[in-house]
Amino acid sequence: MLEAKNLTCVRGTRRLFKDLNFSITAGELVELRGPNGSGKTSLLRILCGLATPAAGEVHWQGQNIRSLGEEYSAVVAYLGHQNAIKDELSAMENLRISSACAGKVLSLSEAQETLKRVGLSQQQNLPARVLSAGQRRRLAMTRLLTADARLWILDEVLTSLDDTAINLSREFITEHLKNGGMAIVATHQDLNLSVPRIQQLQLS
Amino acid sequence: MWRDLILAWRRRADVLATLFFFVIVTSLFPLGIGPEREVLRTIAPGVVWVAALLASMLSLGRTFGNDYQDGTLEQLLLTPQPAYLVVLAKVIAHWIVAELPLVLVAPVLGLQFGLPQNSIAIIVVSLLLGTPVLSVIGSIGAALTLGLRAANVLVALLVLPLYIPVLIFGSGAVQASVAGTSPQAWLLLMGATLMVSLVFAPWATGAALKISVE
Repeated sequence: MLEAKNLTCVRGTRRLFKDLNFSITAGELVELRGPNGSGKTSLLRILCGLATPAAGEVHWQGQNIRSLGEEYSAVVAYLGHQNAIKDELSAMENLRISSACAGKVLSLSEAQETLKRVGLSQQQNLPARVLSAGQRRRLAMTRLLTADARLWILDEVLTSLDDTAINLSREFITEHLKNGGMAIVATHQDLNLSVPRIQQLQLS
Repeated sequence: MWRDLILAWRRRADVLATLFFFVIVTSLFPLGIGPEREVLRTIAPGVVWVAALLASMLSLGRTFGNDYQDGTLEQLLLTPQPAYLVVLAKVIAHWIVAELPLVLVAPVLGLQFGLPQNSIAIIVVSLLLGTPVLSVIGSIGAALTLGLRAANVLVALLVLPLYIPVLIFGSGAVQASVAGTSPQAWLLLMGATLMVSLVFAPWATGAALKISVE
């Protein structure tokens, strides 16, 4: 279970949010909404431990994520605005290297299978620089599928995806939640997910 | 680490640029100063070492810069490995890509200055011990200046003063061997510097990266 306790975030002189409290348990989805600049990305970065809040704490299974350190990193998969894709490497290499860095070595067939799931099997040996924006986003999504992370933190996943890919990512999130995972998704579009437990979190 | 090596291979031009910079800078001195043997021998240790420092500065920005821009750095910091190991892997990769070629080409440059054979050997040994220190200390500066506008200039200002001990030990070793005395003490000092910086610097770099990513 992930708990946010009295989170406050300050950017420069502006206070983005104050005393934010929420918690999320297995199988639950949090939809994070709010206008541009309301602190969605900042909140997500705090939750995955990349940024420190001005005040408040984030707890995972009752322990502060600061003290958990790398142990916490193993449970989280974060997909930010940036795709973290290397232009010089092929789609296949990107996938295999990033998952090896995350501590999981993929065999060739596992990697092919994963790329097929996101519809990139035709492009697996092309350098990532020739992929379109949507295809790059799909490639970034493969990180979620291979990571075995309990908690997905997703920042605007649906941008530049076509209809098929949007459906695909809905499918992935639903499946993840069914398997007892948790997801926190910042979005402007409606996710329209048919999952039992959804929390709406509105930043203003 | 393999990832960095593959990436470097795909961007060979960058690596070669550093190497040619080193070669050209050191070659300018014999051309500019003239062929007097004694003078060249006296300045050789300093020139080779200063050129090595500057050449390694050139490639520092790339250690983390590209990864920072495309978001890979965040992901690396979110992996279950400690930041220390991530940094160490990147530093080793940087050394192999940017510094090892300098060490390999140094004997040829030593010839330009008319150095005796054993001094050339000492140049190579001192560079072998000293260049990892440049990589690892430089990584602190590179991490601290990530995402800043005048990053390259700032790195030079931050890091070059920290390179001074390495420069003194390194050129001291070579000078000692040119003068016919034993360079052992200098080389031992360098080895000690290497050990200390390998233990502490990656840790500092890791902390600096976390601040820069935030």
